[in-house]
Amino acid sequence: MLNARPKLNQMAELVFWIISALTIMSAAFVVLNNQLVYSAVALLFTLFGVAGLYVFLWADFIAGIQILVYVGGILVLVIFGIMLTNKIKSVRISHKSMQQGVGGVVTFWFFIFLFLALTKAPWVVSEAMEPIGTVRGIGILLLTDYLLPFEIISVLLLGALIGAAVLSRGDS
Amino acid sequence: MIENPMIIFPLLILFLPLLSFIIVIFFGKKLPRQGDWVAVGSIITTFLLASYLFLQMILNYDPDFSYGASFSWIDLGVFKIDLGILVDNLTIVMLLIVTLVSSCTHIFSLAYMKGDIRYNRYYAYLGLFTFSMNGIVLADNLISMYMSWELVGVSSYLLIGHWFEKDSAANASKKAFLTNRVGDIGFFIGIMLLYSAIGAFSFAPIFESIAGGQSIAGPTLTVAGLGIFMGAVGKSSQFPLHIWLPDAMEGPTPVSALMHAATMVAAGVYMCVRLFPIFTPGALIVIAYIGAITAILAALIAVSQNDIKKVLAYSTVSQLGFMILAIGTGAYTAAFFHLLTHAMFKANLFYCSGSVIHSMHHALHKIHDHDTDPQDMRNMGGFKEKMPITYFSMLASTLAIAGVPLFSGFLSKDAILAGALSFAQHQPQHFLLPLFGFLAAALTAFYMFRLIFMTFHGQSNMKSIFKDIHESPKEMTAPIVLLGSLSFFIFYTLPHNFNPLKDTGWFNDLIVPRNSAVPGNLTANELAEYAHHAHYLAMGLSLVVASLGILLAYLIYQRRVISAKNISEKFGFFYDWSLNKFYFDENYNRYLYQPCLRLAHTISWLDWEFYDKYFINGFGKLTKLLSNISGKFDYSGIDQGVVDGFGRASNAAGKVLRNVQTGRLQNYLLFVVAGILVIIIAQAF
Amino acid sequence: MNSLNSYLFISSMLFCLGLFGVITRRNAIAVLMGVELILNAANINFVAFSKFNGMNLDGHIFALLVIVLAAAEAAVALAIIINIYNNMNTINIDEVSELKR
Repeated sequence: MLNARPKLNQMAELVFWIISALTIMSAAFVVLNNQLVYSAVALLFTLFGVAGLYVFLWADFIAGIQILVYVGGILVLVIFGIMLTNKIKSVRISHKSMQQGVGGVVTFWFFIFLFLALTKAPWVVSEAMEPIGTVRGIGILLLTDYLLPFEIISVLLLGALIGAAVLSRGDS
Repeated sequence: MIENPMIIFPLLILFLPLLSFIIVIFFGKKLPRQGDWVAVGSIITTFLLASYLFLQMILNYDPDFSYGASFSWIDLGVFKIDLGILVDNLTIVMLLIVTLVSSCTHIFSLAYMKGDIRYNRYYAYLGLFTFSMNGIVLADNLISMYMSWELVGVSSYLLIGHWFEKDSAANASKKAFLTNRVGDIGFFIGIMLLYSAIGAFSFAPIFESIAGGQSIAGPTLTVAGLGIFMGAVGKSSQFPLHIWLPDAMEGPTPVSALMHAATMVAAGVYMCVRLFPIFTPGALIVIAYIGAITAILAALIAVSQNDIKKVLAYSTVSQLGFMILAIGTGAYTAAFFHLLTHAMFKANLFYCSGSVIHSMHHALHKIHDHDTDPQDMRNMGGFKEKMPITYFSMLASTLAIAGVPLFSGFLSKDAILAGALSFAQHQPQHFLLPLFGFLAAALTAFYMFRLIFMTFHGQSNMKSIFKDIHESPKEMTAPIVLLGSLSFFIFYTLPHNFNPLKDTGWFNDLIVPRNSAVPGNLTANELAEYAHHAHYLAMGLSLVVASLGILLAYLIYQRRVISAKNISEKFGFFYDWSLNKFYFDENYNRYLYQPCLRLAHTISWLDWEFYDKYFINGFGKLTKLLSNISGKFDYSGIDQGVVDGFGRASNAAGKVLRNVQTGRLQNYLLFVVAGILVIIIAQAF
Repeated sequence: MNSLNSYLFISSMLFCLGLFGVITRRNAIAVLMGVELILNAANINFVAFSKFNGMNLDGHIFALLVIVLAAAEAAVALAIIINIYNNMNTINIDEVSELKR
């Protein structure tokens, strides 16, 4: 049994890095590729990767919500949008990018800055036990400490719903 | 102090003629009789005032009488000029002379200048002249004397050129003024030399300072003295500046009597008498020689002249030479004595000649003869029956000038010759001085009697007019009689002395010589001693010389025993030289005037053709060029370059910076991110 | 996996990539995708900090709220984009921009 533990950890570590690599590469694909549909699919993979990361972070509920809402809702919406806003003659819908050079440089340096900031910052870290599940905790918090934001976000959603409906009504 | 009659009378004597000048010159034309009564009235008043002063002087009988008053005219601390008047015996006698002769001239001119076209101006100028002459007499400092000196020159110019439509008169007046000016340069240099050494212009401080011997001495003082004497050379018409006086006869005869016989030319002598204390022995020797040379030179010229006024003019020059000679030899009171007597008889001689000329004019006019010269003695002759008053008066004055005893001239000329003789006795190397003096005296007697014989005696040379010759009106004869009687000795030797051979009297008592201020000069007493010893010798010699002259004239012109013509031919060379005034004017013209004019011409040409054309115009062109360049620079360089440049630069910058506003949202976003990055990096450092 | 830094590293990479996408891409929908990436990166940050701070569930709540907001925003954005497409026939950002050049 003692032997299995480190191996399991190593395995987990490896999987973690694979998922991270997947996420990041997909994200790069999203922003670099000229073809929109390909970007959308890559976004799909990125979102899945992020969900995986959530699992590693013991955020089971959030991972679930990520897949449900992001992938199932937002991504589908995006793909619908793509389909509705392009004259599709073939599957290859290409769009050029702009100012990639300067943008790349600036972004790169921004990343350097962020990296330096996060490595130099003295984070206060406190270890914790892996919880059974987070759903119960989140549910309690939503209806006790964070009741107000919860209600407001509901109203916001309602507003968005109505807004989207109004917007897509057209001229009738 | 101003209430004192001793001050106020001289001031009145000074300013009344000026007032008359102002009134007559501005209002003369509008006044009845053109204002001559204003002038005559003022001059008679001044004469009365001067006589009062003279009377006071006689009553006081004080040889040291002296009164002065001055006021500060300019005071700048380092530079002071005080103006004032000085009244002493010398002044009073001189004032009397000036006012007397001036009054006679005013009265004489009433008849002589009757009907003249510029009658009022004539009287105005006479007033101006009298004012300036009195200014010289009353001055107690060199500056006001110099100012009056110049004014006298101006009056002379105005009066000589009274008939300026005649070219000869205009030229003569110009010549007189300019020659005077040459002398005045020397005068001014002398004044300034004295001032720079002594620091004062007034006589008393100057004499004191020279006597002290510290401020100015030796060669400097001699030069200053000679400079001042130059003024006298010009004004009193000495050699070599004697050329103007004969030409000045172009003026009216009364003017000649007043100015060029009695007063203006005497101003030089008066000035030398006043300033006698500053002359060093060196200066005095020069003065004596100039006087002697002038005396003999003028006498030699007068011998051959035919114009009656010219004879008198040269005679004046000669007599002035005598006076200057006297000053040079130290007998300066004798010089002043001769000035006094000469003023009287020379003025009279001029008036008489004026009377003769006036008569000739009328006679010629009657027969409409305008070509014959009324002044030429060769056209006269035998006037003594026709003009008896004129004749006798003129005879009296001629006897005086010839130096015949019983007359005034004898006394004064004798004193001068005594002085010259004694001077030569003590310094035998200067024997020429008395020699020239006596020669000139002989010649004087000769030519004056020649004049008398030619004019009044013998047969008339121009029968056509002889019957019309008549005596002159009373305005002319009155002064003649007055001055003629003053030619007798008696008026100068009262109250002690009735001996015609002795010159003691009020004059010699009251006008005493002062000691020279120059240390080391002979004192007045010593000079008087010397002169006294030579007195009898001089008297004898002058008697001999005078009689010789008269005899010669009698023989040639009255008896016609010796023919003048033969002599003039035999001594043709001398005659020629005498008649042509020794060619002074011609030589001056050739060697002085013409080169000067040529130089002026050359300089004018240089200035005009060369300097103006190239230099001045060049400057103009240069300025134009510079302004062109400057303009271009300003336009293209500054306006277009800098000013427009700013505009263009802004434009270009704007064009460039405009590209920042791409209108693309994502560009702006990029800028935001980049900006954040920059700020953070900046914060980190 | 066991260090906070690695998660932060991942989230910062995602963030930068998303930023790159936003400032580079011409298509409006592609820009939207970039925005989603950014939001995700933020979410990872929240959750990671929540775990490494003694399992404080506040981070989870925030992540939840962010996801909900992202959904609402994506819906409205797409509605707008479709509208734009219907009106201008293109959703190229350069072409639909009315900002002055």
